[in-house]
Amino acid sequence: MMNLLFASNGIDIGWGTTTAIKTAVVLGTIPAGALILGYVFLLKMMSHMQSRLGPMDPGGFHGWFQLVGDGMKFLQKEDIMPEDADKRVFAMAPIVVLISTFLVYVVIPVGPSLYVRDLNVGVFYALAVSSLSVIGVLMAGWASSSKFALLGALRAAAQLIAYELPLLLAVVGVVMQARTASLQGIVEAQHEGAIFGWDSIGLPFIFTQFIGFGLFMIAAQAELTQPPFDMPVAESELVSGYMVEYTGFRFLFFFMGEFGTAFAFSAIAATLFLGGWTLPGLDMDAEYMKIVGPIVLFTKIMLIAFLMFWARFTYPRFREDQLQKLAWKYLIPLSVINILVTAAFIVWI
Amino acid sequence: MAFKLPGVIKGLTVPFRTMTQPTVTVQYPHEKEELAPRTRGVIALKEENCTACMLCSRSCPDWCIYIEGHKEKAPPRREGGKERLVNILDRFDIDYGLCMYCGICVEVCPFDALFWSPEFEYSEFKIAKLLHDKDVLGEWMETVPEVEPLEAGAVAPKGAK
Repeated sequence: MMNLLFASNGIDIGWGTTTAIKTAVVLGTIPAGALILGYVFLLKMMSHMQSRLGPMDPGGFHGWFQLVGDGMKFLQKEDIMPEDADKRVFAMAPIVVLISTFLVYVVIPVGPSLYVRDLNVGVFYALAVSSLSVIGVLMAGWASSSKFALLGALRAAAQLIAYELPLLLAVVGVVMQARTASLQGIVEAQHEGAIFGWDSIGLPFIFTQFIGFGLFMIAAQAELTQPPFDMPVAESELVSGYMVEYTGFRFLFFFMGEFGTAFAFSAIAATLFLGGWTLPGLDMDAEYMKIVGPIVLFTKIMLIAFLMFWARFTYPRFREDQLQKLAWKYLIPLSVINILVTAAFIVWI
Repeated sequence: MAFKLPGVIKGLTVPFRTMTQPTVTVQYPHEKEELAPRTRGVIALKEENCTACMLCSRSCPDWCIYIEGHKEKAPPRREGGKERLVNILDRFDIDYGLCMYCGICVEVCPFDALFWSPEFEYSEFKIAKLLHDKDVLGEWMETVPEVEPLEAGAVAPKGAK
């Protein structure tokens, strides 16, 4: 907990102040994470993958200011609401999406005592809360009084519910191996684990749960409605789906929600499969981990996000029926088999 | 669903390989691209070759060439000969707001008065300034490159010495 960090330095602060600091840090992390992912991957990596440079002028160095400028532009835009829109629901929808992103960050540990809350059902809390955004998306689609928006929202709901299952089932294997659902506990289990008695790199669960990792990445991609699973926002047929009537800062909220969630999902994947904020060879309980831990986790997040965005820029969009088929006929059976095999290994080996 | 895994993975390698290679982008205002030898940038006029025959103006699909001229009497070439009539060019304008850079005027000119120049940086804030008169068109003559030598084995053009 944060107050332990300060207490160890001889500073004693109360619960209210601690909570305020944590909230501020998480509130800052969402736009910062969204900006970093957006700039590094969406603007620069995508450009280089298409043999072009991307923005080069804003900010002086390789266009690093581009997205900040875009954000400021969104703030200046007129706030347009369709005449027939359900005004209150229309205004609330982006906030609901952003709140779901915000709540995911609550359980992600970034250091030995750096987390908002270490819940004993941490993984499932994070995945459950992340699917709250479906409600925001449905609200946005329904309140916009537009056919495109409604179709987009319906597609999003169908997709997010379908891929919620493989996402959860993929995590079950990790939880069984770690024997805890607390994210901090999973980090510890990976740091202290051993591969057949060889414990110099611990046991990052990507080695034993590589099927689970693949399933998690595919399902997370679908949860984020990123290509190739971007049917809900398919520009070529639905213009931009449930966001079609949104302008200005409300649209910015959706954008931050999308990339903030991508950052959060990368963090969860890094925690579940790559050992989170620990590095093999470093002492988990040491004081310096409070500074090294976040850096290690950030590096791992960027690694996972690279995989995510790499797939995003490579594959063309699935058709709606292919999308559903992939989830129900391939991913879910595969994740159930993965659980059974993991259980068999745990019981008999 | 035919789910072909090797193709899916091969697909991932293509953008990755592209990413590791240098980009093809040229940062235009900061650096300039190397232009092709026969770039169609702007049309230059060699005024002394022009006879105001109007062929270019009449063949222009956009009607963007404006020519005015008059005839003047000139002294005879030979002693005791007849006085000659010579065409004098008063106005030769090309409206680059209309021109579509087809190059028919350059092709059709029987006296080699029009040339392609690779210069392209002559945009203006006022569209009227895109009308280049014969003085401006004459200045472009300095930027016309030398004729490229023919490739080895090429058929010699008609009338070449």
